[in-house]
Amino acid sequence: MNKPLRHIAIFCGLLVLALLVRDNWLQFVRADELNSHERNRRVTIERYASVRGDIIVDGKPITGSVDSKDPLYQYKRTYVDGPMWAPVTGYASQAYGSNQLEKLNDSILTGNDDRLFFDRTLSMFTGEQKKGGNVVTTLNAAAQKAAFEGLGKKKGAVAAIDPQTGKILALASTPSYDPGSFAGYSREDEKAWASLDEKVNKDKPMLNRALREIYPPGSTFKVLTAAAALENGVIKDINAPTDTPEPYFLPLSRTTMKNHAGGCENASLNYAMEVSCNSVFAKLGDEVGRDKMVEMAEKFGFNNPEIDTPVRAAASVYDKKMDRGGNALSAIGQFNTATTPLQMAMVTAAIANDGKLMKPYMVDHLVAPNLDVIEKNEPEEMSRPMSPETAQLVQKMMENVVEKGTGTKAAIDGATVGGKTGTAQHGEKNKARPYAWFISYAKTDSGSPVAVAVVVEDSDATRDDISGGGLAAPIARDVMKAVLDGRR
Amino acid sequence: MSAVTNTTTIGAIDAPSRRNTELMLLGFAVAIPVFAYLNVGLALDGEVPTGMLGYGLGLGLLAGIAHLLVRRFAKYSDPLLLPLATLLNGLGLVLIWRLDQSPRLIADSMRQYGSHAGDAPKQLMYSAIGVALFLLVLVFLKDHRVLQRYTYISMFVAIVLLLLPLVPGLGTDSFGAKIWIRIGPFSIQPGEFAKIVLAVFFAGYLMVKRDALALASRRFMGLYLPRGRDLGPILTIWALSLAILVFENDLGTSLLFFGMFVVLLYVATERTSWIVMGLLMAVGGAVVVGSFATHVQSRVAAWLDPFECLKTAPEGTNMAWACDQMTQVLMSFGSGGTIGTGLGQGNSDLIKFAVNSDFIFATVGEELGLAGAMAFILLYGLIVERGLRTALAARDPFGKLLATGLSGAFALQVFVVAGGVMGLIPLTGMTMPFLAYGGSSVIANWALIAILLRISDTARRPAPAPAPNPDAEMTQVVRP
Repeated sequence: MNKPLRHIAIFCGLLVLALLVRDNWLQFVRADELNSHERNRRVTIERYASVRGDIIVDGKPITGSVDSKDPLYQYKRTYVDGPMWAPVTGYASQAYGSNQLEKLNDSILTGNDDRLFFDRTLSMFTGEQKKGGNVVTTLNAAAQKAAFEGLGKKKGAVAAIDPQTGKILALASTPSYDPGSFAGYSREDEKAWASLDEKVNKDKPMLNRALREIYPPGSTFKVLTAAAALENGVIKDINAPTDTPEPYFLPLSRTTMKNHAGGCENASLNYAMEVSCNSVFAKLGDEVGRDKMVEMAEKFGFNNPEIDTPVRAAASVYDKKMDRGGNALSAIGQFNTATTPLQMAMVTAAIANDGKLMKPYMVDHLVAPNLDVIEKNEPEEMSRPMSPETAQLVQKMMENVVEKGTGTKAAIDGATVGGKTGTAQHGEKNKARPYAWFISYAKTDSGSPVAVAVVVEDSDATRDDISGGGLAAPIARDVMKAVLDGRR
Repeated sequence: MSAVTNTTTIGAIDAPSRRNTELMLLGFAVAIPVFAYLNVGLALDGEVPTGMLGYGLGLGLLAGIAHLLVRRFAKYSDPLLLPLATLLNGLGLVLIWRLDQSPRLIADSMRQYGSHAGDAPKQLMYSAIGVALFLLVLVFLKDHRVLQRYTYISMFVAIVLLLLPLVPGLGTDSFGAKIWIRIGPFSIQPGEFAKIVLAVFFAGYLMVKRDALALASRRFMGLYLPRGRDLGPILTIWALSLAILVFENDLGTSLLFFGMFVVLLYVATERTSWIVMGLLMAVGGAVVVGSFATHVQSRVAAWLDPFECLKTAPEGTNMAWACDQMTQVLMSFGSGGTIGTGLGQGNSDLIKFAVNSDFIFATVGEELGLAGAMAFILLYGLIVERGLRTALAARDPFGKLLATGLSGAFALQVFVVAGGVMGLIPLTGMTMPFLAYGGSSVIANWALIAILLRISDTARRPAPAPAPNPDAEMTQVVRP
């Protein structure tokens, strides 16, 4: 009986071998995949097992971490002024994952980053508890507060940039949400999370309007058209008449371009900017031509789906394939043109910075738990959409707008302010409430420290009242003032 | 090579008893779990666990008594089996104790039952009973051939044991499988004991019938087919294992019994045709049952692609549950990686249900890593190897068949459980021998080791010295 017995022994050996091979497959080949699987709660357990690092504004943390005494996830994220900072921080929830800075810098905040390896190893020997590193942002607390409080109960967004460096100073979006309300995984967290769902909450509080929503820019886009006209030699003198008929017919059509202001017939570029003539800018856009307009818009960052601050902004749109009529309408910020508030702030910043566009960013540096800087972001030039001369001419016109045009409410004592209002129509037959826009920059002797774009949507004010000058300009002024006060 | 090993195993006259080797190995088998216990305590609380001395002494005492009695009653038995069983049992206790300390499992238990007792003390008691049974078998079973007398009684007992869970009022249906019976405060898994009793019956029956089964057969398409009347018992066993599958929802036990029977048929008759027939019958039965029983279907779905199945299965169904469980187990293994998280530092308690019984191997995988899991598989492999070596060395056919049956069943059980939790084959509710929490399993497996020791003792015991030949004496006297 020994021969078949030996076969059985071989068979049993094969069974053991199969188990060993399978074990290697599972624990060696597939280990990483299984270990980081989205359903693997160990990742979240690990993430909340130690004190999470903070996101810092002006030297003060705007986040926190509390020991929740929970057997599953020990530490829970907390937020200081959660709704105000939500467009910056995003959320880090035990049950619902994370987004924005909380997600992008997760490895630093948890302390699991490869660059923190030495710290981890060291604390293993010293017996210290593992701790995450901090994310230091470029934001300005006073400007953010001015923006958030200025928007108040209205729906809208504010984006402010330092034109000389590209540092993002304010990023507000209303209505907002408190990321701390669903940081855990309890029933209340579930309720809070469900109430923020877009399907239930028509206000979309979790939408980051400053970065992720695109609006028709309306008349604020005229500064870009003006820059394109000057840069391409269509206009040589901003005070010379532009030869614009009244009424002006859109190219290849019998539709007239309606003006809300008087005196637009044959107006100069400067005056057209001051009172916001549609006909003049539509004609200029047509004369510059679609391709040159597209080229100019793209230099400012339009049609770029990868503007990472590091939180990715939605791509602003300037249609590349429309006809002449569409292009003329787009030149006054209508038709298919749509931009994020951040994009308009970038346009303003480039003009304020004499034609040089700096790449916008909001993480200044990352620090290890022992306060060593492990990564530092330096200002970086993104493009040069126009010459300094062109930029200065546009500045002159924008300053004229604030001085005696539609944007007088943005004026600040002791600083030069340039701006442009906008009232963008949207909806079928332009029936929906228009968006009120205001873009502006402030300038002192040492250049411009702030450029800001404000959009207020669907305001409860009457239709006539909704104009960038009335609703949005005061908010822009307060934000600029907060930055200027901080500089003094 | 085999010839050489054979001679050493069977042993010449004055074969070494190997009892000192066993003692030394037992020292390791006690020391390793004690260190593991210390490791868990340090990892969880940062201090030396208070129960360490008691645990170490308890395990040492059990191993010591077992060793002394083996010295006295089975002097020539295999030196590896007792240390291997002690090591696995000891580490199993540590793992169960470790899971008892999990705050998540304590919180769950408090929520569900309002109390948390921990399973480790109970398992320690079962282990003591197991070792006691081990000793009783060694002391009272002086020769394994005695068991041969009870061939048909064994068959009867085995069938009764297997059918007990179906008796209304006695059997309990827990989580889909009806394999437990409840007597007072104890729940018993009769299938674990039936494994041994059935091995006795198969060995006894086949020893008698092997010639009939092997020789009286017709040749058909290159295979030897048995006569109809010899086919009877085989079909009975096949039907019985199918019945277990259908009525008790226990794929594992059914596979185990049928597999053991086919293995023994093959060894007894030396006919390959039995293997072919056995495989065909097993596959046929599995397909038929698999297409009817939803319980089996959900296990198969969870085996094929648990992550995908979790997405498609409707929430709250048995299938979603089975798939979720499988994903949890797989992620537990994956998270262990090559060297594991270290004892007490893993998160295998996320598996929650049956984490210290059916799924205990996942805790090994996560906390001891690939290295530890492979070591455990090899330990089991070593037990099987010693069992089969005992079968090779046994001098009587009954002993050979019994040792083959027991170690074959042991191998199949390990394969079915470990393969199930690692996703190699569909998962079945069975326990990892010695490691998993469960009284029946521990006690039955200690008895199994005792029988193997008894057979190996008989096999390796030196043959009595031949009596002096009186004729030879006479011749010498006549010589000048």
